[in-house]
Amino acid sequence: MTERERSWGLLAGFGSVAELHAAIVALRAAGYRHMDAYTPLPVEGLAEALGQKRSWVPLITLCGALAGGIFGFWIQWWTAVVDFPINVGGRPFNSWPAFLLVTFEMAVLVGACTAFAAMLALNRLPRLHHPLFGVGEFDLASRNRFYLAIEASDPLFDPVRTRQLLQQQAPLSLREVPP
Amino acid sequence: MNGDAETDRPLARPPLLKPGQTYATATDQIAAIVLSRKTSKGWWLCFGLSSVLALGYLLGAPIIFSYGPGLFGINIPVAWGFPIVNTVWWIGIGHAGTLISAILLLLNQKWRNSINRFAEAMTIFAVIIAGTWPILHLGRPWFFYWLIPYPSTMGVWPQFRSALVWDFFAISTYMIVSIIFWYMGMVPDLGSLRDRARKRWQQVAYGLLALGWRGSVRHWQNYESAYLLLAGFAAPLVVSVHSVISLDFAISIEVGYHSTIFPPYFVAGALYSGFCMVLTILVPMRKVFGLEPYITLRHLDNAARLLLAAGLFVAHGYISEFFTEWYSGSTFERTLGWSRITGPYAFAWWITMFCNVLVVQLFWFKRVRRSPWTLWVLSLVINLGMWMERYVIVMTGPARSYTSGRWDVVWATLFDLATLIGSIGFFFMLMLLFVRFLPAISIFEVRELVREQKEEGAP
Repeated sequence: MTERERSWGLLAGFGSVAELHAAIVALRAAGYRHMDAYTPLPVEGLAEALGQKRSWVPLITLCGALAGGIFGFWIQWWTAVVDFPINVGGRPFNSWPAFLLVTFEMAVLVGACTAFAAMLALNRLPRLHHPLFGVGEFDLASRNRFYLAIEASDPLFDPVRTRQLLQQQAPLSLREVPP
Repeated sequence: MNGDAETDRPLARPPLLKPGQTYATATDQIAAIVLSRKTSKGWWLCFGLSSVLALGYLLGAPIIFSYGPGLFGINIPVAWGFPIVNTVWWIGIGHAGTLISAILLLLNQKWRNSINRFAEAMTIFAVIIAGTWPILHLGRPWFFYWLIPYPSTMGVWPQFRSALVWDFFAISTYMIVSIIFWYMGMVPDLGSLRDRARKRWQQVAYGLLALGWRGSVRHWQNYESAYLLLAGFAAPLVVSVHSVISLDFAISIEVGYHSTIFPPYFVAGALYSGFCMVLTILVPMRKVFGLEPYITLRHLDNAARLLLAAGLFVAHGYISEFFTEWYSGSTFERTLGWSRITGPYAFAWWITMFCNVLVVQLFWFKRVRRSPWTLWVLSLVINLGMWMERYVIVMTGPARSYTSGRWDVVWATLFDLATLIGSIGFFFMLMLLFVRFLPAISIFEVRELVREQKEEGAP
């Protein structure tokens, strides 16, 4: 318990995607679950290797876009039919074909805002600080190094044994992450 | 067919990046432009020049707000004049940015990765400038917010059957979605800048803008999903926004405006002028900032091909419009068509045809497409041509309206010219600030190109 308080986890840096992928597979096989990889570019396949579930962003965005579209149509219908009907040469109040454009624009607008907000919320961003930023070399994660972090919250985490396990993957660097 | 293209690529096409790029070189070189490179004399010269030009717009606009739109060369019946010509021109310029960033992303066209960021910035600045023109053109500009449906004490609502309200929704949605798309695309790169920054203010500024991005696999997973969805939202905007603008014309019953060809014709024109502006900015930018390894001749070639395609669409639009004017048998339409070629605004029509139909034929030649400064000069010519095209559309119709008693001609005033030239200066001023302070090339997407090039076995 005291060990866990002393560190946030361990951070191993690799020089290539392939090495990182091998390390993830090995650590998963050893039973570790509380871990994440940090890469300078999106890499397909890593999320599956880490056992991450599919992103919720599309579903949330769909709901946002539908809500925007429904609201967009409703405000036009309500103002034109209920609250402020204007009779122009006997044309129907609910002239829905003329309302489709604003409906579409509202669906796009709210959908796009939702997609962005959902991405941030699901990634727990914005965030001013994170323990990983306490590791000096972590700035290479946005350049050319591929990191794997095992978090101390993992039930199997043990400062010595986990370190040995990571060492076997021959990382370029292996650092303890201060809390 | 797709499979063939994939296998052919390494043999048939030159690489997208200059060989020898690695994750590290790409990151360091692009970040250095913003973080550590000394601001060049060329940048200061361009910035000074465009700032001076921008004064025409930045000082002209408040004067027009105080004295009213009568300062523009407009009158009844030729009531739209320069402000609407400029709206259409500027918003058209924005469209190429969205096409490059959204549609080419969905079509998996990897070459867009080095030019999408600045094209998006171009879109945003152009749309913001475009949005100010209709407001400048309002008689009572302080009431423009009446277009927003809000529960007011007056108890009235916008007329949603009006093309002007659609216009407001289309432009503001386009602007907001473009800004989100642009900013979100930059978040990982702002993280890269934060990590490279050595000066305190840079660390704080880019640190805040990066929102705490760490590039974890979970981050990337949600990010890529959201980015694709945003591209999906932006893609229909490429065709819808300018269509809606054209409906401002087409829904009216003015001669020369009331035409069903307008939506596709306007969209093609938008892409045409947009790709022109892409080249106008791209060619000097890659030179000044030494970006040739990332923006290669192949990028210029591809942009020029798209430009040619859009140009042929536009030429087709001109022919169809003329044919319809003749074939309709309407005296009014025929009079208008004849007046375009020979009437008071004929000079603009001939410039349009020369720039947009004749000059663009040079793009059939590979040598032209691959010589940057030729492209640059030609792009300026076509930018002018596209402005003239909108001038012809906006001015000639009302000038030759249904009864000859209403015929009138108006000419530009000092304020028309000052604000137009000023808006161009303002646009370049914003672009220069952008390339100086934000990553003008998407760093993480160039890393993806590096990875791909490695896997294809390029040296």
